[in-house]
Amino acid sequence: MRRYGERLALDGVTVAVEAGQTLGVFGSNGAGKTTLLRVLATLLRPHAGTARVLDADLPGDAWKVRGRIGYLGHEALLYRDLTARENLVFQSRLFGVERARVDEVLEQVGMQRRADEPVRNLSRGMLQRVATARAVLHDPPVLLLDEPRANLDPKAAELLEPLIGRASGRTRVLVTHDVEGGLSESDIALGLRRGRQEIAGSATVDQLRELYR
Amino acid sequence: MTRAAAAILRKDLQIELRTKQSVPAMALFSVTAFVLFHFGLDRDRLDGALASGVLWVTLLLATVLAVNRLFAHEREQGGLDGLLLAPIDRTAVFVAKATALYLYLALLELVAIPAYAILLLGPSPLDQLPALLAVLALSNLGLACVGALVAALAAEARARDLLVPLLLLPLLTPVLIAAARATEPLFAVHPETGDLGKWVAVLGLYDLVFMLLSIAVFDFLLED
Amino acid sequence: MLYGKRLAPLAFTTAALFALALGLIFFYAPLEADQGFMQKIFYLHVPMAIVALCGFVAGGILAIQHLRTGERKWDVRSYVAIHLSIILGLGVLVTGSIWARASWGHWWLWDEPMLVSFLIIFLLYCCYQPLRFSIEDPERQGRYASVFAITAGAFVPVNFIAVRLAEQYTHPRVLSETGGSMPGEMRLTFLVSLVAMAFLFVTLWKIELTSKNASDQLRKLRRRLEGTAEDEGPEPVAEPVGAVN
Repeated sequence: MRRYGERLALDGVTVAVEAGQTLGVFGSNGAGKTTLLRVLATLLRPHAGTARVLDADLPGDAWKVRGRIGYLGHEALLYRDLTARENLVFQSRLFGVERARVDEVLEQVGMQRRADEPVRNLSRGMLQRVATARAVLHDPPVLLLDEPRANLDPKAAELLEPLIGRASGRTRVLVTHDVEGGLSESDIALGLRRGRQEIAGSATVDQLRELYR
Repeated sequence: MTRAAAAILRKDLQIELRTKQSVPAMALFSVTAFVLFHFGLDRDRLDGALASGVLWVTLLLATVLAVNRLFAHEREQGGLDGLLLAPIDRTAVFVAKATALYLYLALLELVAIPAYAILLLGPSPLDQLPALLAVLALSNLGLACVGALVAALAAEARARDLLVPLLLLPLLTPVLIAAARATEPLFAVHPETGDLGKWVAVLGLYDLVFMLLSIAVFDFLLED
Repeated sequence: MLYGKRLAPLAFTTAALFALALGLIFFYAPLEADQGFMQKIFYLHVPMAIVALCGFVAGGILAIQHLRTGERKWDVRSYVAIHLSIILGLGVLVTGSIWARASWGHWWLWDEPMLVSFLIIFLLYCCYQPLRFSIEDPERQGRYASVFAITAGAFVPVNFIAVRLAEQYTHPRVLSETGGSMPGEMRLTFLVSLVAMAFLFVTLWKIELTSKNASDQLRKLRRRLEGTAEDEGPEPVAEPVGAVN
């Protein structure tokens, strides 16, 4: 449960995800999707109830799992004045990852050629690619994705699929407005409305569309 | 922790070197302030208490500029989440920011003190250079620690630009007092060290208290 | 939380002490030769200052408890202590100014270390409430306020030392009176005033805590009536005037 002043951002959301599964989170804006993601990412503290990621109870053991979560939110979390490469090298230092991995991941997202330009010069699609690179740099077993395919052209989306898609084998929590697409790649669906869960488990596209009414 | 702090510091210095936002602004402000003081006080040369006061007030106000920008890159480019997601000790953020601020101040003084000597200062600062450097080194430490703390404190508040000077300047008053009194005899017509020991002790006390306090308390500012 | 219990006897004691203090000030304490009647303001000014300073430091200590336990009640206590001390601080500056004017002809004296360090501390703490109001998230508001309270609380003694040392070249007038040679009558009056002021502070503190507690309970009740889940979350300790309650 997470409050923000007088407003309950999340209330009574109960869901469990097994390793390698994908949880799809659906709901209109303000339903609490991003809040849920941020709580799982250890960025926000739950005010009541429990959250467990991997083997750690949040918020107390949050520090244990930070290195094993990959978070791709709305913000790219990149320093615009540095190059893509410099950003990733910085990340690698914070996460204790080898330098070689930076080049590897740049290649995986197809940004090797433009890796040495300041990030502010990159288009939004390229920014998204570098942001994705940042999220998977430390090879996390858990991925928290907030609209990961926004701003991506089909070719880029295809490129990133093995990194953040189902094929990656990672446990994923996916927040998206794309009801059909999201549902097709989820094992469990969670529908939120105004902070409360309306749908949990399996769902149909129509049921999820109801959330937007 | 030191590895993380070093990485963050390095990143900050990289950005500063590329964008040159903080240090040149501080230096420019200081020189402008000296010019203003010349006209405001209607004096060509200053010595003793007046010289000391003008220098330290200027340095303090320049610090406010730097503190305002200390977390700017994190705020503007969403980098704070990036730091919070990393498996690092959050005190590393404080150490990195405080060290960065210390370095900016040192660089500023490298420019500002010679400028001061040329424009307004009567006696030469070289006469009592070791004493002056000691005072600068200790004051910078206090300024850096409290500056980093206030920067974080005001980071999430509305009207941040107003809150920083209002919080920072009273907190730094003891530094001003001690540093100005310490350099007063150094800038006298016949330079001498005077009560240096006493004021260095006060600076040392201030630095110790606020360094320990900032480290202890900083974590609470970054959690959510 | 049962704040109201000992409130009545406490309030009575405070009133009694104040009456006693005022009586002593006006009828018992000697009339000081060169400063005249206005010198009596010193019996208000110095106790106010001492209690306010203790209040600020207490606010810092309460804030440490808040950060350590995360319990909101410590934050509220800290907030009230500081906010009362700010009001007392204003009183210190005003009474100090009046005294300075009456005794030495100036509305402000720089060589009065108590007055000067109070000005600095007052300016600093004036930022406390704006800081609180400008952070909306209640939990964060409490945490940041506690950080500020601890920092400022540690600052109070350091500041005092620095200012004292800086003005060592002139005699601190207040301290020469409180320090060594206070005649018995003055000393008694002063002590009673000090105790009365301290009691006043604690009484006001408890009163304000009780009232805050009452409005908290009210809010919880209302929320329960509205059907929201049993609430365990935080509420902001400080809200700008005019916020929906």
